[in-house]
Amino acid sequence: MLLSEESYRKIDRELEKFPPTKKRSAAIAALTVAQDEKGWLSPDVIKEVANYLGLPAIAVGEVASFYSMFNTSPVGKYKIAVCSNLPCEMTGSDQAAAYLRQKLGIEFGETTPDGLFTLVASECMGACGDGPVIMVNNKNMHMRMTNDKIDRLLEELKQ
Amino acid sequence: MTCLHGRHAEPLLFRGLTGDNWTLADYVSRGGYEQFKRILAERMPRERIIDEVRASGLRGRGGAGFPTAVKWGFMPKDHPGQMYLICNADESEPGTFKDRDILRYNPHAVIEGMLIAAYAMGITAGYIYIHGEIWAVYEQFGEAIRQAREAGLIGRDLQGSGFDFELHAFHGYGAYICGEETALLESMEGKRGQPRFKPPFPATNGLYGQPTTINNVETLAYVPFIMAMGGDAYAALGRNNCPGTKIFCLSGDVARPGNYEVPLGISFPELLELAGGMKDGLAMKAVIPGGSSSPVLPAETMMQLNMDYDSIAKAGSMLGTGGVIVLNETRCMVKALLNLSRFYWNESCGQCTPCREGTGWLVSLIERIENGQGKTEDLDLLDNVAANIMGRTICALGDAAAMPVRSFIKHFRAEFEYHIEHKRCPEASGPRE
Ligand SMILES: NC(=O)C1=CN([C@@H]2O[C@H](COP(=O)(O)OP(=O)(O)OC[C@H]3O[C@@H](n4cnc5c(N)ncnc54)[C@H](O)[C@@H]3O)[C@@H](O)[C@H]2O)C=CC1
Ligand SMILES: Cc1cc2nc3c(=O)[nH]c(=O)nc-3n(C[C@H](O)[C@H](O)[C@H](O)COP(=O)(O)O)c2cc1C
Ligand code: SF4
Ligand code: FES
Repeated sequence: MLLSEESYRKIDRELEKFPPTKKRSAAIAALTVAQDEKGWLSPDVIKEVANYLGLPAIAVGEVASFYSMFNTSPVGKYKIAVCSNLPCEMTGSDQAAAYLRQKLGIEFGETTPDGLFTLVASECMGACGDGPVIMVNNKNMHMRMTNDKIDRLLEELKQ
Repeated sequence: MTCLHGRHAEPLLFRGLTGDNWTLADYVSRGGYEQFKRILAERMPRERIIDEVRASGLRGRGGAGFPTAVKWGFMPKDHPGQMYLICNADESEPGTFKDRDILRYNPHAVIEGMLIAAYAMGITAGYIYIHGEIWAVYEQFGEAIRQAREAGLIGRDLQGSGFDFELHAFHGYGAYICGEETALLESMEGKRGQPRFKPPFPATNGLYGQPTTINNVETLAYVPFIMAMGGDAYAALGRNNCPGTKIFCLSGDVARPGNYEVPLGISFPELLELAGGMKDGLAMKAVIPGGSSSPVLPAETMMQLNMDYDSIAKAGSMLGTGGVIVLNETRCMVKALLNLSRFYWNESCGQCTPCREGTGWLVSLIERIENGQGKTEDLDLLDNVAANIMGRTICALGDAAAMPVRSFIKHFRAEFEYHIEHKRCPEASGPRE
């Protein structure tokens, strides 16, 4: 029982979406639930999810490594992803990224020493009319990010 | 909140939406679900629905523009096993952001569109595949499904008609390639999102090997409106003999970026005007008219064009997803291309050598030119590498990576040459010295 009772219940609800013989279809959703709880997908967590779905660990591991929103190594408490594609770049996403790098004192792919923030570059989030777009922990999208708004967001997260 | 600016030319999908009135009760008060209920009550023959969609001239709004009625007609008539309908909401082609707004502001139009499509093809199970990055939309859509189920619009024996339809939301988790329909199927089967060879098309060999129809969000969302007004009336909304309406996403150097629902065939200058014209009064240099994979066109060409499939194709590009990226006179075209090429390189699934290796080559060549280290022969090499990707891959991502490169060189060769000759980028937007 590596995951919480609640996480297993969430995975059960995902399984209901598919025919009983197609449990593998719930792999992405189950890994998402596990990552939400654990912060990242360690080999043990991947194995546990695979066991729960009745799949070989390698099949689930392959999914974890293919989809970019899965963390296959530890990340900070807050993962900040900055969209880097053309429409966002045209609104100044590289300046937003530079500001974040300077404020946090880290480069893309790194985590602050206090373990609070990880910075990553990411691809189009489907909000290109409202760049620069950044996303926190895969779930919370923030748009039109000026330096001021970045300051406020980081303050809020530190609370 | 890009779509609530009230400047749509002929709104159907976006009429009267505030962002709060997305619930089932709101949709019903706008006449929602009446078409589906009428179809059930009349036990409308399936063929009549497909005829109406054919008359509407509706073509796939996911980018390929395949006629929707023809695609629906490919589904077997008396398949003994399960068949599936999938709504493709994996939108992630840079410059494309319409599906997210449709789902946020009018999710029940998508559900009713799916119900009608499913009835027309005799399908009893459906999924919507939602881009992982728009988590709030995924959760809200789950709520919309619950509302519809409670109202007896999803489930068994709907409205006492004997027709069943089950619908679930599925989410991706960060892979552009999963928008390609066969990669999407692999992803839904719990695998890496690597495209399959076509044929066989999903209509014969789809989810779990069963006949499957995959349609874009916008395609499906228009279906209830087409049934309400009739296919001919919907077609008549377009201009210059182009059928219907389309949502264009304007981004880049326009004053008011956002989604604009307009008649298909509207002139580009008129569309630009709706978006407030050019930002800061700067002149326009270029436009990418149909999502980042569509070939770029010079401003002069664009200003003469109507926004429809044929006009844009004749000018050497494509309507694609309707993601219109506008670049002003200060933009460095080499830098813009470098950004696009990096995207396709990152998102290549790696199955085909020309795509996996070719996209990497493209990036390093363009990087070299942008940084002032390019050689004269690099331009032909670049075009050559791109030409050698095209048509040699399993899915269209290879072409999507190659087309921007070839079109940027074709129309803006002088800028590339300037970088090579002067060993630097001339534009303010290029790399700083
Ligand atoms: N919305 C987005 O985020 C993105 C959209 N795209 C667009 O995707 C387009 C390419 O999409 P594809 O699916 O590769 O195009 P395609 O031309 O292979 O297929 C279009 C549709 O028609 C169906 N179809 C075509 N011929 C058929 C036949 N003989 N029998 C049965 N079904 C048939 C296919 O199954 C598919 O649903 C590009 O033009 C691009 O604009 C590309 C990237 C991202
Ligand atoms: C690399 C790639 C990515 C794609 N991404 C999407 C997407 O995000 N959404 C979409 O509707 N179609 C996308 N497509 C097109 C689909 O393969 C398919 O043609 C479409 O979903 C069919 O729906 P339609 O006929 O309603 O347009 C993509 C195609 C390619 C080659
Ligand atoms: S063209 Fe590229 S993305 Fe498409 S299947 Fe081949 S390697 Fe994968
Ligand atoms: S380019 Fe950044 S959200 Fe689309």
